[in-house]
Order: sequence, then C-alpha cells, then structure tokens
Amino acid sequence: MRDTRRAEKIAFTGLLLATILVVLPVALILFLIVIRGIPALNFEFLFGMPREGMRAGGIFPAIVGTIYLVLGTAIFSIPLGILAAVYLNEYAKKNWLTRLVELAILNLAGVPSIVYGLFGLGLFVTFLGFGASLLAGSLTLAIMTLPVIITSTREALMAVPRSFREVSFSLGASRWQTVRYVVLPNAIPGIITGTILGLSRAAGETAPILFTVAAFYLPRLPQSIFDQAMALPYHIYVLSTQVPNVNPRIQYGTILVLVSMIFILNFVASFIRTRFRKKKVW
Amino acid sequence: MRKAVELFIEKAIFLSGLASIVFVILIFIFLLREGIALFFHYPFFSFLFGKNWYPISEPPQFGILPLILGSLLVTVGAIVIVVPLGLAAAIYVAEVAPSWLRDVLKSGIELLAAIPSIVLGFIGVVTLAPWLKAIFHIPSGLTALAGSIMLAFMAMPTVVSIIEDAIVSVPKSYREGSLALGATRWQTIYRVIIPSAGSGILAAVMLGIGRVIGETMAVLMVTGNAAVIPTSFLQPVRTLTATIAAEMGEVVSGSPHYYALFAIGIVLFVISFVINITADFFLHRR
Repeated sequence: MRDTRRAEKIAFTGLLLATILVVLPVALILFLIVIRGIPALNFEFLFGMPREGMRAGGIFPAIVGTIYLVLGTAIFSIPLGILAAVYLNEYAKKNWLTRLVELAILNLAGVPSIVYGLFGLGLFVTFLGFGASLLAGSLTLAIMTLPVIITSTREALMAVPRSFREVSFSLGASRWQTVRYVVLPNAIPGIITGTILGLSRAAGETAPILFTVAAFYLPRLPQSIFDQAMALPYHIYVLSTQVPNVNPRIQYGTILVLVSMIFILNFVASFIRTRFRKKKVW
Repeated sequence: MRKAVELFIEKAIFLSGLASIVFVILIFIFLLREGIALFFHYPFFSFLFGKNWYPISEPPQFGILPLILGSLLVTVGAIVIVVPLGLAAAIYVAEVAPSWLRDVLKSGIELLAAIPSIVLGFIGVVTLAPWLKAIFHIPSGLTALAGSIMLAFMAMPTVVSIIEDAIVSVPKSYREGSLALGATRWQTIYRVIIPSAGSGILAAVMLGIGRVIGETMAVLMVTGNAAVIPTSFLQPVRTLTATIAAEMGEVVSGSPHYYALFAIGIVLFVISFVINITADFFLHRR
C-alpha cells in the first residue's frame, strides 16, 4: 500500500516536471522578446520608413502591410466561412456530401502553409494575373484561414440549444428566418472569438505570403490592392537571414511588434469569450 | 419578394458549404498544373529516388531523396520528443493539476500556439543553436536535432490539446469504477484512462506528424540547410518544405527548377492528405 502511494507521488512529480518543461520555455521566450524588444520601440521605429538597407529607421510599411493583409483576409474568409458553417450545421443532411465537405475542411486545415504559398503563386499570381499583390496574398491567407473560421463558427452554432430553433419553427418562421433571427444572434460571440483567433494566426504567417505579396524592401505604403507590400513576418525573416549586420535591437523590436499585435487579438478574443460565458443564461 | 431573397441566400449558403471541396480540388489542380511539367524533362523515378538535389548544376539533378530523408529524420526526432512530453503534460493538466494551476498551464500552452513560426525560428537560431553547439562540440548548432527540438515544441499545443480532449471524454464512470476498486489515482490513469483514450492519442500523434512535416519557416532557419542524405542528428539537413521556401524566390518561372519545386509541393500535399485522413479515422473510430 505504501509502495503504490509512493509510486503515485513519483509519477505525479514526473508529470509536473514534464509539464514545466513544456510551459517554462514559453515564458522565457516571451520574457526575452519583451526585454530585448522594448528598447527599440519609439515613435520613429513604429511610424517611420526603413533606412540604410533596413538597418535603421522604422518598420511602418511592414506594420501597415500586415494590417492590410489581415483586413483583406477578413473580407474574403469571414462571409464564406460563416455561410459554410451555417450550411453544415443548419442545412446539411447527414449524407456522403456532408462527409465529403467535412473531410475537405480537415484537409484544408492540414495542408502545409508553404503549399498554400505555391497554390497562391500558381492560381492568383500567375494564372489569374494578379501578380505579387495584396489581393493575391489576402486570397491565399483567406483560404488558409477558412477551416479555422468554419470549425469555430460551427461550434458556436452547435452551442445554441435545439429548442430555440424548434420554438422559431413552431411560430411559422422559415429555416432562413430561424437562422437569421434566432441562431446567428445567439452564436455571434462564439463566431467573433473564433474568427479573431483565425485572423491572428494569418497575421503571423510567413510561408503563404513569401511568393504572393511580400516585398523585400519597399519604403512606401502600398497604393492599391495590386501593389506588393512589406509584412512583419516576412520582414523578420529578411532581418534575421537576408541582411547582414542588423542590430539585434531592430530584430527584437520587430518581433515584439508582431507578437504584441497577435496577443492583443488573442486577448480580445478571450475577453469576448469570457464575457459571453458569464452572460449565458441557458 | 421575401421568397426570392431567401432562395438567393440559401443558394449562397449551399455554395459556400461546397467551397472547401472546391478549394481542395483547386489546390491539387494548380500544384499538378505546374508540377507535372517537370516529368516532361525529368523522369519521375529519378525525382523521387534520386540521391542528388543539385538544381542549379549543369545538367541539373532533381533527386528529392535527401529532402525526404531530411524531413523524415527531423519528424522522427520531433515525435520522439513531443509524444511523451505532450502525453505527460496532457495527463497532468487534465487529471492531476489543481484548477488554478490548470488554467495557468493551459494558457501557457495556448500562448505557445499563438507565437508565429518565424519568431520561434529566430529564437531557435539565437538561443537553441548556440547551446547545442556548446553541448555537443559541433561546428554549428544548426542541425537536424535543433529542427527536431523546435518542431516538437511547435507541435506541442496540437498534441496536448487533442490528448487532453481524449482524456476528458473518457466516461466518469470508468474513473469511479477504478477508484472504487481501491486503485490509486495514478493506477487509474495508466491502467484505465490512457488505454481508453487510445484512439485520441493516436490521432494526436498523427496530427502532430502532420504539423511537423508541414512546418516551414522555423525549420528553414534552424536546420542548417544542407541538401545531403543525413546520417546523424548532429548534422545540417534540408526538409521538403524548407527547399521550396528557400529556392522559389530565385527560380525563373517556367524553368525545370520551378516545376520541380511544385512537384515537391505535390509530394507534401499527398503526405498531408494521407496523414489527415488517417487521423480522422482514429478520431471517429469510437
């Protein structure tokens, strides 16, 4: 009896150590980024153009480029993703077609990000002739983000109790009216949370934008959706591998800006989620 | 009028529902469209099993065996690290940790998932690589091992959350039955809960492999980029994904080298397809 108790104690300690080994580096990495990145932050760095082959000046075009890309991704992926989830959860019957759609979503979620880059290059940049542009990059990121938005929207729709729909039908509402006035309003917080998380992931992606939009060095803001643009993740790649003798302060500063943008999006998402959980009455 | 609007909207909903299928097919078609052209210039067999990747020598050689083995080596290393650690972390979070600690640990793991791969790659180059160099006395820390460690870390959130879901969904009655028979919590965990969560754990391993094989930027930065057949973990390697990312920027559109990079894309697409279908099979096996 004593032995089994001791075995349990040893096992649980082992599990705790393994978990610490997983989580502690995360804290150290974030600490490193913040400590080394903060000295770089000033007005010129955030709102100035890069100078001296990106070894000085600011990262404003990369910040703006990333914001444009996130907005472009949102415009294409949000309507499509929400409608697709409505189809799967509210309209689709349990048949082979639905199963096929589910498998397709699963596969989209698993396709390597660099393969999305190739696909965007083949379809949007070359075949449709958009060139390397904000449009091509946004479309590529949108398709990549689609499975995240569909899956989280579907979960939000599923969480709306069946009885809500039954009441609406029994009052004579059509299926679309039920979706529009009963299901979607109740699922909105969940949908927003999932969508923001999907977009925050798109903001940090490098591989899909490598050949579809990213400009190596473009010290001005993009003028149209057919312009190339700088973007923070690609800029980090350039600063750390392509340009020699970059001051580490600039590298960490750029990383801190990107990570902050992503974490702000994540915090907004989880804030909406917790707010909603408290208000939920059913 | 209302009927017409509704009909229009429902058509839009239906079409959006099918969009995912269309995109999967489009991805495949456009990889194939650009990739298949390689095999007019270069035999398929020499592509898949050729031992030399010399895309810019004269004549060029497009054997991707070193790249496949590079991806495989890095993946095996990552899985060996991520599975035991991820399993332990998932068990601890789901079964052992007090609830305040569970929340802290879970948000730590969620934060990890939010850090972009390019950032982890950079951190890997400036911290992990010098450590490995010092520990193993090797000329450069940018090796397959660095890639495996980085990738294990990056696959961790996926693996932990799927295993945790699988553990949590083991019926409460199993736990109670075991505890009622006098088993300790630990005995219950490894004799009852882990075996019951078996399919979920297998699915986690499969999806972890998928995540690792497809990772690009971090692996490009930390593995040292030598397209040779690897013989040890302490040596630089080149993966399939890194090759595309590193070389596509410099090729002439429509050259054999360009087609070869798309052909690598096809290989990656097929691998991820197989892995995802298998993982789904494990998840829905109940």
